[in-house]
Amino acid sequence: MEPAVSVRLTPMAAIVATSLADVRRPAAPPRATQEAAWVRWLLTAFALLFVGGFLVLPLAVVFTEALRHGLGAYFAAFADPDALAAIRLTLLTAAIAVPCNLVFGVAAAWAIARFDFWGKSVLTTLIDLPFAVSPVISGLIYVLIFGLQGWLGPWLQEHNLQVIFAVPGIVLATIFVTFPFVARELIPLMQAQGSDEEYAALTLGASGWQTFWRVTLPNIKWGLFYGVILCNARAMGEFGAVSVVSGHIRGETNTMPLHVEILYNEYNFVAAFAVASLLALLALVTLGLKTFIEWKHHQALAAIP
Amino acid sequence: MSIEAHDIRKTFGRFTALAGVSLHVPRGKLVALLGPSGSGKTTLLRIIAGLEYPDAGSGRILFHGEDVTDVPPGERKVGFVFQHYALFRHLTVFENIAFGLRVKSRRERPDEEAIAQRVHELLKLVQLDGLERRYPNQLSGGQRQRVALARALAVDPKVLLLDEPFGALDAKVRKELRRWLRRFHDEIHLTTIFVTHDQEEALEIADEVVIMNQARVEQVGTPQEVYDRPASPFVYQFLGNVNVLADPALATGGRPPGLTANGHIYVRPHDIEVGRHVTGAPGIPAIIRYIHTAGAQARLSLEQVQSREPIEAEISRAVLEDLNLQANDLVLLRLRQSRSFDEDYHI
Amino acid sequence: MSFIRPQRSVLPGFGLSLGFTLFYLSLIVLLPLSAAFLKTAGMTWPAFVEAVASPRVLASYRLSFGASFLAALVNMFFGLIVAWVLVRYPFPGRRLVDALVDLPFALPTAVAGIALTALYSAHGWVGQFLEPLGIKAAFSPLGVFIALTFIGLPFVVRTLQPVLAELEPEMEEVAVSLGAGRWQTFGRVILPEILPALLTGFALAFARALGEYGSVVFISGNMPMRTEITPLLIITKLEQYDYRGATAIAVVLLVVSFLLLLLINLLQKWSRRFQFA
Repeated sequence: MEPAVSVRLTPMAAIVATSLADVRRPAAPPRATQEAAWVRWLLTAFALLFVGGFLVLPLAVVFTEALRHGLGAYFAAFADPDALAAIRLTLLTAAIAVPCNLVFGVAAAWAIARFDFWGKSVLTTLIDLPFAVSPVISGLIYVLIFGLQGWLGPWLQEHNLQVIFAVPGIVLATIFVTFPFVARELIPLMQAQGSDEEYAALTLGASGWQTFWRVTLPNIKWGLFYGVILCNARAMGEFGAVSVVSGHIRGETNTMPLHVEILYNEYNFVAAFAVASLLALLALVTLGLKTFIEWKHHQALAAIP
Repeated sequence: MSIEAHDIRKTFGRFTALAGVSLHVPRGKLVALLGPSGSGKTTLLRIIAGLEYPDAGSGRILFHGEDVTDVPPGERKVGFVFQHYALFRHLTVFENIAFGLRVKSRRERPDEEAIAQRVHELLKLVQLDGLERRYPNQLSGGQRQRVALARALAVDPKVLLLDEPFGALDAKVRKELRRWLRRFHDEIHLTTIFVTHDQEEALEIADEVVIMNQARVEQVGTPQEVYDRPASPFVYQFLGNVNVLADPALATGGRPPGLTANGHIYVRPHDIEVGRHVTGAPGIPAIIRYIHTAGAQARLSLEQVQSREPIEAEISRAVLEDLNLQANDLVLLRLRQSRSFDEDYHI
Repeated sequence: MSFIRPQRSVLPGFGLSLGFTLFYLSLIVLLPLSAAFLKTAGMTWPAFVEAVASPRVLASYRLSFGASFLAALVNMFFGLIVAWVLVRYPFPGRRLVDALVDLPFALPTAVAGIALTALYSAHGWVGQFLEPLGIKAAFSPLGVFIALTFIGLPFVVRTLQPVLAELEPEMEEVAVSLGAGRWQTFGRVILPEILPALLTGFALAFARALGEYGSVVFISGNMPMRTEITPLLIITKLEQYDYRGATAIAVVLLVVSFLLLLLINLLQKWSRRFQFA
């Protein structure tokens, strides 16, 4: 009775789980259907060159530039109170945005993967919408609502509340751009896992919540973790959307990416790259965790029983 | 506890899974719901378990006279074993079996010692002691099946419901396990319903067989009854091999009374007697095309002389040798036992 | 399937989960997005045209769409090679390279922006070689193109990988047994199979590139009429308090994005056309 799922963007887990399952047993096709050796060498070299030149070089540049004037200058960049404030704000934003979208992702996955209802594929597509929206527009729409001239502008001003050019606006815009991450990890996962175990728990006398905590959650925990990692990486690294709503007030409404921009525009390159290097490290950690989960738990991610 | 279902209707969108099905399962009996895929048997089982609700306004389910149609599955005291076991993959065998005990409300929950005792009791019952620390993916199919059974029994159900319990197992394991199930049932005397599409399985171990087809019940009876006295062409062909003779006149030398012009004769291969052809003697002349002797009986594929239709007969190897039958021999067939039906059954 | 409420489902939590989902979705996504459309709906038609079709805006479209298209095209080509190599040729360190493919996806756009600028500016590691050749990478449309290629790469590779991995070797063996050469096999057997995925990857990369801001604004130089991408133009208008103008352009971009989303969905349906039930 598997319902027709909407056609949607394939989530990373499914894509990479497949690719990594292949890494485990190299899919070298048999000789008759393989290119000549020189072709293979050429293509491999080409691919490595491309990846190396295009992906690794920028990464290397970040760290090189950050350390250009030695470790002293590098660490000095973080002693700056504005930089620390930016780090704090980034962490705070992520600390709010990620749990919110986590709860949403779980709720959406439960509704979509466990029940049949009209409009399900429309709902799934709607959840993907923020992915299709430019970050700048993601920020703009919140300005339209909460800005001084926006729908709620006058009301907010009356009550002395500020959303745009303040932390709440940054948090909201970040929630928007990271909206789909957890949901689109969990929905296909829970669909693939099927609901037999949950039904079994019900027949054994478990209540709805008991079933969820004891049966569903343990089964989706790696998918959940995966989605959270991606969500967090994006939340901490978001630039365009936050740039629009933030107001760029040093020490107050600057996240780390915005701070990088400010430093860079002041030609304070070492400091800019130093802060950027932190973000780059975050990206590397994210990639590492992601790869690790895919490797160790690709069964859990692909819902193999 | 006896189970009754009254006029259950269930549709999924445009598909009718059950078109008004009624059932009565006496207390303590082992009953098989037998039928091909799509016949509605699993749906009926799930409705009895409370995992689906019948269509609004349609029938009722009664446990020992009490209406449980609106009672949620957790409160019906049914033990349900899923086709693919549905073991909690992140829990050990011990924890799987203990699950039902752990989720009880505080008042009813037994203490740790009592739980351990009960789990070990059950493990012994299903002959899996020693495996309590294993995870489901470390068990064989048959072992998982028994863990699922033990888990269902842990909460003292009044009724045991099994959905294609042996469907996912090898043929040999299947045979062993179903005999085990029968012995098990004889020990614990729990009212049990199991769903299967394997007629051999149903006929071998069930006290009573309910044959379903296309959302309806075709026949209910003991294995003997349904095999020897099938109520419809469907039942006839579902429970064993069958030859369908289009021209009944051939069978008895005259049209059986009550048979319409469209009537057919149904006869099982082992109810056909084969003898050397003697001109003028009663019977169906046929030519042997193939003789298959790999097996307990010899199977003959023959072609009827008059109608050119194929017909299959089963005779003992001894008779085959006595008559010294070869391919292309002309023989006479006599029907020991047959049924006639007006409708025809098409697969 | 019945309307909104399923037929009395046994699993609990439908109302709660769906209700919360719809509420959160509306609040965070639908309502704000509709604000953009509503605001634009309030504009008169001439004003709207003026806002979205003035020369500067048109120039930004040319740049954004043009560079995004080219970048996605290049990614389609190189992404195919990278995906092919990753799936079919085992080599030491493959897993590392595979993980790195996601870097543009994981790296904050601002970091990518300044890194690329540093690389391709006149004194950068790569820029210094291009300078003598008269090629200006940074602060030119070329720089925009380079940045957009960077961020679009994972989309093509990741869309292609599962499709390539699932290709049955038997198909290629059949082709060979019937006398096809390797190129013929590729062109007649493999390419048609992966074409939908290729196009999907292209569309995804294109859609992402269109809206990209952080990676591009540093390397582009942001000169109006020359290296100003559309998202930047939106921000510029916002800073000038021209909310109407900014929103109008945003609506144009949104419509294009949604059309692309639709196209991608259709492509994925198309890719399933020959699958068995």
